[in-house]
Amino acid sequence: MSQDAPDHSNHERNSVDVNHLAGLARLAIGNDASTQIATDLHAIIEMINTMQAVDTQGVEPLSHPLDSTARLRCDEVTESPNPTHFQSGAPSTVDQYYLVPRVVE
Amino acid sequence: MNEFSSLREMSAGLDRGDFSSVELTQAHLDRIQQANAALNCFITINAESALAAAAQADEQRAQGNKSPTLGLPFAHKDIFCTQGILTTAGSKMLSNFVAPYDATVVSNMAAAGMISVGKTNMDEFAMGSSNENSFFGPVSNPWDHGRVPGGSSGGSAAAVAAGLVAGATGTDTGGSIRQPAALCGITGLKPTYGRVSRYGMIAFASSLDQAGPMTRDAEDAALMFGVMAGFDPKDSTSAERRDAWLDTTVANGIAALDRPLTIGLPSEYFTDNSNLSDIDAAKTVLQKLGHKLVEVSLPHTQAAIPVYYVLASAEASTNLSRYDGVRFGHRCDDPQSLQDLYERSREEGFGEEVKRRILTGTYTLSVGYFDAYYLKAQKIRRLISEDFQQAFTKVDVLLAPTSPTPAFKKNQLTDDHVAMYQQDLYTVPTSLAGLPAISLPCGFCDGLPMGMQLIAPAFGEELLLQLAAQYQGKTDWHLRRPGDSA
Repeated sequence: MSQDAPDHSNHERNSVDVNHLAGLARLAIGNDASTQIATDLHAIIEMINTMQAVDTQGVEPLSHPLDSTARLRCDEVTESPNPTHFQSGAPSTVDQYYLVPRVVE
Repeated sequence: MNEFSSLREMSAGLDRGDFSSVELTQAHLDRIQQANAALNCFITINAESALAAAAQADEQRAQGNKSPTLGLPFAHKDIFCTQGILTTAGSKMLSNFVAPYDATVVSNMAAAGMISVGKTNMDEFAMGSSNENSFFGPVSNPWDHGRVPGGSSGGSAAAVAAGLVAGATGTDTGGSIRQPAALCGITGLKPTYGRVSRYGMIAFASSLDQAGPMTRDAEDAALMFGVMAGFDPKDSTSAERRDAWLDTTVANGIAALDRPLTIGLPSEYFTDNSNLSDIDAAKTVLQKLGHKLVEVSLPHTQAAIPVYYVLASAEASTNLSRYDGVRFGHRCDDPQSLQDLYERSREEGFGEEVKRRILTGTYTLSVGYFDAYYLKAQKIRRLISEDFQQAFTKVDVLLAPTSPTPAFKKNQLTDDHVAMYQQDLYTVPTSLAGLPAISLPCGFCDGLPMGMQLIAPAFGEELLLQLAAQYQGKTDWHLRRPGDSA
């Protein structure tokens, strides 16, 4: 078990707060669905936790599969703004602004 | 010309003037019209634009254009943005989304004169191994309509297997080209990460996603791959290379393999003996072709599934945060506040599996868990990658099963998500290491096709295609069709 593994006691697993996670993920989840999702997440997290047995002491993380870095492009204008074209699929717009419910009264 | 003609055969027919691209395209559209109700492999059929493009191709051919891909019909997985045509990613969230631009893969294939006849069904946002997670309904496996075609590129695989198209694009994040190719008895190539542009390919897990061809045989896979691949300045992870063999292969076909290879058999992929008789037969064929088989070890294989589900879910939860009901896609009715708009649009727009992965990713990225999950998974990813590097110091390619089982019944695994995830057991490690792999038909189990995969070092697709073509020259598994006796 590596030293950075969290405590995976039943108590901790059972304490997964689906409503808190759903809030972070901006997902509305009803009480009925919440119980099933908690059960599903527990099973998935239990499966994921099996990787904690691998010794990774001194191993560097790999973020790009071929261990290379993202290429930067030249800072040149390649396209012109075309709001009418790009906003054609927007649910609600006025004067090139996206409309959402009022945030500040 | 019949429904199971290959792209190469159709190309030759067009060249000889046996038929026009318009006639060929119309024949494809007729077959799709006839078969799609039972298979559900297409979400959108582009009859009008396909016939217009075919007419243009015929005109170009009349003017002397001899490109081997000119006027060949095929299908796109509905994950590639197509300007003016619906692009859904199999989701209610994008069920009204008409892309304002073409993906680079789409423009590359159009520039090569290929004719897209439609957009194929898929697991929502490419999350699934059975194509049962599509908002547009499940796809049936042409070999047994009661079974799944695999996923997430299940629509593409089923369309090719059923003879509706000879080639289709797919994408592979953890096995989504190779596993459905195996379950449907076709050939599927997952290229090296960075080979094919991801620009305009709807993102699931950006450090893993890669597009590739799904066809009946290696020759057609090479033809499509040569058109799809290439450096793209619009994708910051695109590899800055254009190997000469890609163009030579499109023009002349796959060059014959001119040397015996050492083929590695990773012992960790051969622990379950229940479905290995077809692979054993393939080993014999490869040995008779003069190749040497040796056992190798990839010791971190068992950790690949948990590592994949940490990394892919984390990246998915980040990528899918863009779907907020504001700029495009589904928006809930009558939102009471901005928070309500976000939460209900996402709740209504995403299916159950997508929500599970978003929540899994949110969990592993949340405060206090990042090091224990995401960082830990990235470290094991390096160990998995190093396993392959070590193996490739001793062997040229690796041979392994593609999937633990043949096609399973619809609804068989829908309630057991972790069991469903295990379907990717043999495909995920390659994805984590960013390596190319090809799945080929290699036999049958209870009348259902089985696949084997060949894995090469990074950018070693030519060797994979050469070995695959050599194997297919000595076997006929890739020529079997649904309805044949196995």
